[in-house]
Amino acid sequence: MEIDTSKVDEVIDSFGGDLSRLIGILQDIQANFNYLPREALVRVSERLEIPISQVFSVTTFFKAFSLTPRGRHQINVCLGTACHVRGGTRILEKLERDLKVEAGRTTEDLRFSLESVRCLGCCSLGPVAVIDDDTYGRLNQEKVSKLLDQYE
Amino acid sequence: MKIKTREDLDALKRQGLESLYPDNPKITVGMATCGIATGARKVFDALSEEVEKKKLDVVVARTGCIGFCQKEPLVDILSPGRERIYYKEMSPEKAVQLLDQSMGAKPKEDWALFRMEGEENLITNEAISYVENHARAGDNAIPLYKEFPFFKKQVKVALRNCGFIDSERIEEYIAKGGYYTLLKVLTEMEPEEVIEEVKRSGLRGRGGGGFPTGVKWASCRHAKGEPKYVICNADEGDPGAYMDRSILEGDPHSIIEGMIIGAFAIGSHEGFIYVRNEYPLAIEKLKIALTQAEEYCLLGEDILGTGFRFNITINRGGGAFVCGESTALMASLEGKVGEPRAKYIHTVERGLWDRPSNLNNVETWANVPAIAARGADWFSSIGTENSKGAKVFSLVGNINNTGLVEIPMGISLREIINDIGGGIPGDKMFKAVQTGGPSGGCIPEQLIDLPVDFDQLTEAGSMMGSGGMIVMDENTCMVDVAKYFVDFLQEESCGKCVPCREGIKRMHEILEDISTGKGREGDIELLEEIGFILKEGALCALGSTAANPVLSTIKYFRQEYDAHIRGKRCPAGVCSELITYSIDPEQCTGCGRCVKACPAEAIVGEKKQPHSLDPEKCIKCGSCFEVCKFDAVIRQ
Repeated sequence: MEIDTSKVDEVIDSFGGDLSRLIGILQDIQANFNYLPREALVRVSERLEIPISQVFSVTTFFKAFSLTPRGRHQINVCLGTACHVRGGTRILEKLERDLKVEAGRTTEDLRFSLESVRCLGCCSLGPVAVIDDDTYGRLNQEKVSKLLDQYE
Repeated sequence: MKIKTREDLDALKRQGLESLYPDNPKITVGMATCGIATGARKVFDALSEEVEKKKLDVVVARTGCIGFCQKEPLVDILSPGRERIYYKEMSPEKAVQLLDQSMGAKPKEDWALFRMEGEENLITNEAISYVENHARAGDNAIPLYKEFPFFKKQVKVALRNCGFIDSERIEEYIAKGGYYTLLKVLTEMEPEEVIEEVKRSGLRGRGGGGFPTGVKWASCRHAKGEPKYVICNADEGDPGAYMDRSILEGDPHSIIEGMIIGAFAIGSHEGFIYVRNEYPLAIEKLKIALTQAEEYCLLGEDILGTGFRFNITINRGGGAFVCGESTALMASLEGKVGEPRAKYIHTVERGLWDRPSNLNNVETWANVPAIAARGADWFSSIGTENSKGAKVFSLVGNINNTGLVEIPMGISLREIINDIGGGIPGDKMFKAVQTGGPSGGCIPEQLIDLPVDFDQLTEAGSMMGSGGMIVMDENTCMVDVAKYFVDFLQEESCGKCVPCREGIKRMHEILEDISTGKGREGDIELLEEIGFILKEGALCALGSTAANPVLSTIKYFRQEYDAHIRGKRCPAGVCSELITYSIDPEQCTGCGRCVKACPAEAIVGEKKQPHSLDPEKCIKCGSCFEVCKFDAVIRQ
């Protein structure tokens, strides 16, 4: 796939081409493309003068990165301890059934990516899920299904 | 503007006081992540709109989290000369009605949570009274903050400003005594004196390890090599702990001031804050605070005109729990995979880029300005013999009052759970409390009088950790809890060393067998043996403490393991393979809610007639159990 590498350059420049900001650079590139295209990783390796294997190992080590296109909306279901003891797993299972995808996958129509995360720091409101930038607390299976309609 | 002198600080302080305690009524919305999740932003917008529309003489302000997350969104009203009143569970409609009160009407007692007569400034040790001539805001049906059970026993040091200032206004931080301490340290103290003070205070690392902070600083100061680095670990990864998020969002300047003081003591000119990417609001607030600090000359080349130079960069994490470990965090800062290394050479000698590096966590840094301001004797007067000061806990799980509490070390679990936390909801029995995150353990009911400090928790087979305190009621299965943590750790293990990579995986397999009715005699002993090997052989603390949740639950809840292994049943009714759902025809009204909720079409029945559940079709998702309003669904 052809990508606009000037966007990649822009991001790298905004971090002053500093290797210690590699994770941040990759995060901003991902924010631009919704995932990390191969060409972008090659460009990062050239610009920061590090082997592509190092870039690749970092992208596959950290959970925040995706090497395949993600859905238009990101659903993160919290499975931190507090959410777990209040039934967070059942929220995730409900979404898996509704969306017909497993956690970690994207729906075929690219509408939703479903992920589980460990603790969003809203433990008092558990079980919690975050869709894009919106945090929803005190969920149950019934409530969570109703949330999806507002995300096209 | 550049702050060079005490007079410059005083000028900003005056601005801050005006914005904290204005001459007109002020209505403040708690807008940390927890507040926003329950609708605080809508409340704030509705209030701003109403004030604008009616041209009211009212200031609409925002603040961080005061800690009582249970009743969010919280809104408080401060009218000149009157008590400050906090209101709970605000909706936009309710909040707009509160504006009458700010204009002089009687407080709405039904909606009120507590009231404050004034506030104490921890840094300056001064008290401010809101009330003139004891003019009461109403009669005393609203409890006082100081007497309110949730706050009564708290001593707020690290959380001193959270929920009291707008963290985007540096002048409010200064009005609360902020940066005066830095000025004192830079102009009146020698680096060695600062270290001595921190050493004498007895401050121990709040991130988990509990290592004496002053000793760490001294080692880094005396280590050979330049440059030296100062790092703030804000990669708060323990599930169930969120105090660092609250400080980052609610009082970022306290962390920055602490880091500058630390850098001066150690002799460092470059700092990093490594913050979790899962905390977008915290990153935003931190960025704003850093920009302000740079503008005002509190960071940069010539701090407060003293010639001391120090800069801070923010680095976002990538979502790896192991990066909370110091060497893994530093590897990640170097742009590498976040794998830890063996620590026969300490990071204070050779850390980031092989240079001396001093790492402390958010809460530790936030304690530093308070110690420098009030002195080691004051700090060490709080707490127990070997655990000084107060510690923030996130009190969550099956408890009535969830939230963040900062309590003096040494207070008992009973006081925390029953007095501060208000006990267990729904008349259920308390079963255990989990502390220390995935490295910690479960403390049972019989140890509820245990005083909470570093050593006592370790002795009980758990640990302080970063301060997560997850309360569990009788409906919690301890095998499931152990499995939960081991599952978490097997996902987060970086895979570098064999004991951790293989050992945790094997433990998970055994626990999976036990929880699905395939447990065998000898499984418990095998778990204990693997636990021993992990403790002895793993490379970093993630692996060496990974068995704690398993070993502590075996130690205190062995009969529950036996019930799973020998009896093939889950007494708490959690492990889905070992439970069944059925419908009690006596209780069932035939309302049909469960039929709609069931994803497996396992429930059938005529309307208004008792329904029945087909166990063959049931996938044990628990949907029917959740929606039933008549307790007619039985889980066994």
